Amino acid sequence: MRIIMVGGGKVIYYLAKNFLAKGYQVSIVNKDEEYCQLLARELNCLVINGDGSKPDALREAEAGKADAILSLTGNDPDNLFICQLAQREFGVPKTFSVVNNPDNEKIFKELGVETIFNTTKLISLLIEQRVEVADVNNLLSIEEGRINISQVILQKSSPVLGKTLKEINLPRDIVFGCIIRGEEVVIPKGDTQLLEGDKVLIITLPENQGEAFAVLSGE
Amino acid sequence: MYIVVIGCGRSGSYLANQLSKAGEDVVVIDKKFGSFDRLSAEFTGFTINGDATEIETLKSAKFDKADVVVITTDNDNVNAMIAQIASELYQIPKVMVRLLDPEKEVIYRNLDVITMSPTNLLVDKFTREIIG
Repeated sequence: MRIIMVGGGKVIYYLAKNFLAKGYQVSIVNKDEEYCQLLARELNCLVINGDGSKPDALREAEAGKADAILSLTGNDPDNLFICQLAQREFGVPKTFSVVNNPDNEKIFKELGVETIFNTTKLISLLIEQRVEVADVNNLLSIEEGRINISQVILQKSSPVLGKTLKEINLPRDIVFGCIIRGEEVVIPKGDTQLLEGDKVLIITLPENQGEAFAVLSGE
Repeated sequence: MYIVVIGCGRSGSYLANQLSKAGEDVVVIDKKFGSFDRLSAEFTGFTINGDATEIETLKSAKFDKADVVVITTDNDNVNAMIAQIASELYQIPKVMVRLLDPEKEVIYRNLDVITMSPTNLLVDKFTREIIG
């Protein structure tokens, strides 16, 4: 796997280290000359000091041979341009971009950027989920966050203890995946009773997640 | 015609003044409020102070109603993003963009966007004057 990374500040150093450890070939394009020198000293990869939105810089980074490009600058128009240039001019098959303004996620998608990391949304989601209910754990987001799998640990205060699944009034569009009870895994059915300490795995749409947590934790 | 001009620098303001004088409906968008000082007394259109890469700004400019969009900011990457939003997402019939770095023209390949490169125009003109 050959991957090009553009911009990115400090995070790019650790990403590159990570990719290199996996045996990927990495090239980095960064505008800051001093930082490029440091990267070139510390990492065994191709470092280009230049503007990743210019065809020359991408050519030097061997974009024609790359399998993926990752654009990590703090400027959304730059990120879009870099991904599109790599795709259209050099035929780079996979494009990844950070978006800083959450509204741009949809625009980038429609303009052909394949995978988008919406930093604002990711961070605020993480914080909200941590702060709101400490006994809720978001395990996994699938399809860029369109489906969430999360785990709720039923505390003493939970209003659903002793009730069966049939009896609790769950909002629609929520699926009980399974219940982890001590060492045991219970596949839930309508007559399964919920007990204190149960770890309940639920599959939800992000918009129903809060409601599901409220029903299960009583908060 | 309803025309949105993005970027109110020397070119953008001059164009907006001309179009407004010719009786067209013109809206000018610029990030810097002070840029609107360049508009002449004859300019009768509207000004919007905002970032045209943000959808909210484009909505307040009634982008969906535009017949023509002209993009003249001093940043090619910003121009490319707005041009594609205008042409691909809003399907505006005529989208024109100023291109500062001619090398970046490749991004517009297969897009229904008219590019104008001041460098190319100038060089063509000079060349024609010199060697015909």
